[in-house]
Amino acid sequence: MLLKLGLYTALLNTLLLHAMAQQVSLVTVDELEHRFTAGGDTTYIVNFWATWCSPCVDELPQFEKFGVTHKDEPVKILLVSVDARSKLRTNVIPFMQKVQLHNEVLLLNETNQQEYIDRISPEWSGSLPATLFVNKGKQLRRFQEKEFTYDQLVTIYRSLK
Amino acid sequence: MRSLLMLSLLVLGITAHAQETGYQVGDVVTDFNLKNIDNKNISLSSYPDAKGYIVIFGCNTCPVSRGYENRMVALQQQFGTKGYPVIMINPNDPEAQQGEAFEDMQQHYKKSSLNFPYLEDPGQVVTRRFGALRTPHVFVLQKNNKDVKVAYIGAIDNDPDNDNGSRINYVQNAVNALMAGKQPEPPFTKAVGCGVKSKRSS
Repeated sequence: MLLKLGLYTALLNTLLLHAMAQQVSLVTVDELEHRFTAGGDTTYIVNFWATWCSPCVDELPQFEKFGVTHKDEPVKILLVSVDARSKLRTNVIPFMQKVQLHNEVLLLNETNQQEYIDRISPEWSGSLPATLFVNKGKQLRRFQEKEFTYDQLVTIYRSLK
Repeated sequence: MRSLLMLSLLVLGITAHAQETGYQVGDVVTDFNLKNIDNKNISLSSYPDAKGYIVIFGCNTCPVSRGYENRMVALQQQFGTKGYPVIMINPNDPEAQQGEAFEDMQQHYKKSSLNFPYLEDPGQVVTRRFGALRTPHVFVLQKNNKDVKVAYIGAIDNDPDNDNGSRINYVQNAVNALMAGKQPEPPFTKAVGCGVKSKRSS
């Protein structure tokens, strides 16, 4: 009986994880800014990535590890894909089913690169991967167009606290 | 004395920054001499009749760059004979990114429809001088008397996914403007692309 219950729980967990992993909401730059403001003292680490960007895909586990090791702290990771909206069903969701990301994944709902790149940061040339660190409560905003290691993420997060 | 020190530090800082970011629109371009996939070297001066150049930093492995190859070929068809040849330079360090070695470039060229030189950049010297940050990253150059100057920096167009009904062909417009004796408008655009691969500096 216990064994059966255990099996059901395991199955349920797998299904739930699977379902969670499939959720990708669309987000505009305005909506991102609203979240940063609503988050108050929370630090947001916003990684811009794409399924076609191999260094981005290689970097994702660093954010996953950071998310796990900092789950009790006021920090939130948002993995914002800049894949085309038309690639959501064909590329982004299948990718997420394969890699099972635990951090929240969003798809950038913007099309005008001349506008949105500068709104996210004037320092962004458009090159991927790129990561934005924001803490509205402390009025901190930092942008880096590079690949991060886990240790580098921890260092920059601590410097923002 | 202290303010003088501060000032010199500031000036140094600005210089360092300028080197880091590469060419800006209006800057004079230093000629390069890089090996093409046919093992022959190519320079800007290899084109004595050129009125300008379309220098594209592109590579083998970046899907965005590859997605633009047909449009690069079209640019060469449209402007190559009008004095604005396309020259592509691979900005990636092959040690930092698999599939970007000179042999891979030769293989890629064979399989592609590329109709212009495709040059390697050992040590990423020219890449850094231009300030190429991603692929594809375009620099339209204009020859005036003896100088070659940067006239446009940025994207080929605003349609990376080839589905924008209101596409603006930035590079095409820039070269057409130059041929009409005008300056490109806009002279600078941004676009999402693959970061140039360099060895980690940690």
